[in-house]
Amino acid sequence: MAELLQFLVSGVTVGAIYAAVALGFTLIYNATGVVNFAQGEFVVIGGLTAAALIGAGVPPLIAAPLAVLAGLVVGLLLYRLAIRPAGQAPLVSLIIITIGASIFLRGAMQMVFDKQIHRYDGFSGEAPIGFLGATILPQSLWIIGGSLVVFAFLAWFMGHTRAGRGIRATASNRLAAALVGINTRAAMNLSFALSAAIGALAGVLATPVTFTSYDVGVLVALKGFSATMLGGVGSAQGALAGGLLIGLIEALTAGYVSSDYKDAAAFVVILAVLFLRPQGLFGARMTERV
Amino acid sequence: MTLGPGTRTFLVFAALVVLGALVFPSSFFYRVGTLVWINTLAVTGMVVLLGYVGLVSLGHAGFFAIGAYATALLPQYGVPSGLAMLAGAAGAALLAALIGRPILKLSGYYLAIATLGLGMLIWMVLSKEAWLTGGPDGMTVTGFSARNLLKSVGITLKTAEAWYWLCGAVATLGAVLAVNLGQSSAGRAFRAIHDSDVAAASLGVDVARAKSAAFVISAVYAAVAGALLALANGYITPDAGGFMHSVELVTMAVLGGAASVYGALVGALILTALPQVLTVFAEYEHMVLGAIMVGTMIAMRRGLVPALAGLLARRRAARRAGRLARRVS
Amino acid sequence: MSLLEVSGLGISFGGLRAVDGVGFTARPGEVTSIIGPNGAGKTTLFNLVSGVYIADAGAVRIAGREVTGLPPHRLARAGMARTFQNLRVFPQMTALENVMTGCHMAERAGLLAGLFGLPGSRAETARSREAAAAALTRTGLGALAGREAAALSYGQLKRLEIARALVTGCSILLLDEPAAGCNAVETREIDDLIHAIAGEGRTVVLIEHDMRLVMRISARILVLDQGRRIAEGAPEEIRENPRVIEAYLGAHGAAEARAAHA
Repeated sequence: MAELLQFLVSGVTVGAIYAAVALGFTLIYNATGVVNFAQGEFVVIGGLTAAALIGAGVPPLIAAPLAVLAGLVVGLLLYRLAIRPAGQAPLVSLIIITIGASIFLRGAMQMVFDKQIHRYDGFSGEAPIGFLGATILPQSLWIIGGSLVVFAFLAWFMGHTRAGRGIRATASNRLAAALVGINTRAAMNLSFALSAAIGALAGVLATPVTFTSYDVGVLVALKGFSATMLGGVGSAQGALAGGLLIGLIEALTAGYVSSDYKDAAAFVVILAVLFLRPQGLFGARMTERV
Repeated sequence: MTLGPGTRTFLVFAALVVLGALVFPSSFFYRVGTLVWINTLAVTGMVVLLGYVGLVSLGHAGFFAIGAYATALLPQYGVPSGLAMLAGAAGAALLAALIGRPILKLSGYYLAIATLGLGMLIWMVLSKEAWLTGGPDGMTVTGFSARNLLKSVGITLKTAEAWYWLCGAVATLGAVLAVNLGQSSAGRAFRAIHDSDVAAASLGVDVARAKSAAFVISAVYAAVAGALLALANGYITPDAGGFMHSVELVTMAVLGGAASVYGALVGALILTALPQVLTVFAEYEHMVLGAIMVGTMIAMRRGLVPALAGLLARRRAARRAGRLARRVS
Repeated sequence: MSLLEVSGLGISFGGLRAVDGVGFTARPGEVTSIIGPNGAGKTTLFNLVSGVYIADAGAVRIAGREVTGLPPHRLARAGMARTFQNLRVFPQMTALENVMTGCHMAERAGLLAGLFGLPGSRAETARSREAAAAALTRTGLGALAGREAAALSYGQLKRLEIARALVTGCSILLLDEPAAGCNAVETREIDDLIHAIAGEGRTVVLIEHDMRLVMRISARILVLDQGRRIAEGAPEEIRENPRVIEAYLGAHGAAEARAAHA
């Protein structure tokens, strides 16, 4: 029983990270129709930047926002330099562009940082907290709390700010939004910036628990996709639920089946969703915008 | 009489295979040449999938690895190499058909994501099941020698040369088949889907089935290329099925121009040969590949070969116009 | 006897009932036209009939056989072909190859025959090329066969789509605004072409804004407004129908038109 609880705790922890990745992915997809294969790189950028700063003696409280900022800037650059110049490119070109951008960022991180695996101490120490016979790392609470805050913030931002409504209008009909005077380009910029910042924050929070290195981005993205597809594309609630489910499935696979194949769980979920319920648990399918 | 596209492709590819053999000074060049032909073969499969139909697979190295490991493993159980290669191709085809069926009814995004996952899963199995595959260190491949094969028909060559000729021949065959396909009923249906699947369906094309067929064909190309690599190198590691290898294959296709086998050849040639001569290339491999993918898609979406062909045609037209103007004045 | 029978078709997008309980029939050898103001649901109706959208109500029958909900490629095999309002040509193929694609259903050679370039596959491609060339000539595009479709004009592309639909050997042809963007001479040519197509005994259903063209060649006219059928009948009945005039001109305009008429 305590064992199961332990698996559940670690499942919810990594699940919260996947939920954040899925949320960032959904944000960009909704606003621009682009499936961003570089989403995982934001997580890595956040983690590696924070690791480098903290390693250089910068206090975590300052390093964390700087790392998020680094992710945000890269997200903006990605949109400006790779997505926007492609214009109305066909879907297959957009896939190749974002996968290319993800490989490029991977190489850039290998140059800027290194090829080592990095981690730093949790923000509230490393002493595990006892909990019904299981233990939980204080950093896990940071991760779960952080993801909930991001989720709540986005819900508020989309519903109650002008910029958020701009993104929503752009998402539902770009032409109509432009016609009624919404700056759709700004909305798309913003969606990339926000999405990248969310990813980087997830990386900053997760690195003490999951570790990070320059080349894990694609795997993280794949799990984010699985979460998105499981939850239903385009839905924020779906992203949250899907992320937690993927995390749990992964933790239970590692616990009861084989830790060698825990990364395979996400892929098996993708296939199962595609075979049984392509619209996911909550939302719609990804479609090609015509 | 004008030559058909298949015959033309045969002549061009065969001439290039011969040309390589004429100018190569050492075994090293033959080995690089062999790699170029193997990659050309794998990328020709991408031409069918990406160039004809307009679908992208981010896990094609997985099929490549299935071909390679089938050829490496089965001979240990007494299966002849040739048969092992066929079994690898058949296995890749079966897996592609199974995965492709449900996914290809949906938007193109799903194939990219699912193949990304499939490729990683295959790589994972190859790396973790060390008892079978030797794990990350890879395994040696024995049981077939191109040199002995050629000797049996009376041609005596060095080992590197024998592999060069064999792989060149298979790549040429692969290119001719792909061009034939492009000129056939199925090929026209593929290219129609590329431009508008709604219109293709309105003409009676079963779009999901056609996409699935293209996916299977491209998987077979990758598997055969993988088998050749395993045999020619004499060893194979899971990285042949790794994500970066999948990315390389896509990059070769888009760089040269995915719509034609000539693009496949040019892309494979550039990205195989350059890292051998420019160390910078190997050092910054990720950034170079990434930049090529993004840059090509933005600046010349149809790739190098069509872009150069267009440039030449415009030059020629301009020169003709110039001559005409001089004559008039 | 009508070949195509459509009854009670409907579909909603979000809260909008785009097509609501629309039915019509179309007979071989005749042109049946669908007219109505912009946004009346004409193209949506075509998309429902040709299987691009799946109707949430109603039925489609071809020669008495129920084909409701069949995917587009199965409908094509049942003899239905169409053109598109917002062109759906294959821009990277030549005009000839575009039309050859229309021969897909007549082509029997398998994938392997194609890969290995077997004689059967080649002969078939040659036959398709001939049929496509003939269709291009018939639609006045014979001289442009080798041209990439991307290089053709709007009016030429409209005719290219007709040629592509014709070579399928369809018994039912849905034409979505074939004369849009055409000048008077080209419209006249399209007029003759449609006439000839119907004259071969095919069932033609036409969406068109050019009212003179519609009145000239239609046997029956169906009028849609806001997704509903507001009138159906012979051209002379439609011309006099007050509801049609109202739908086109608005209630105020209709009164003026009556006054002007009097």
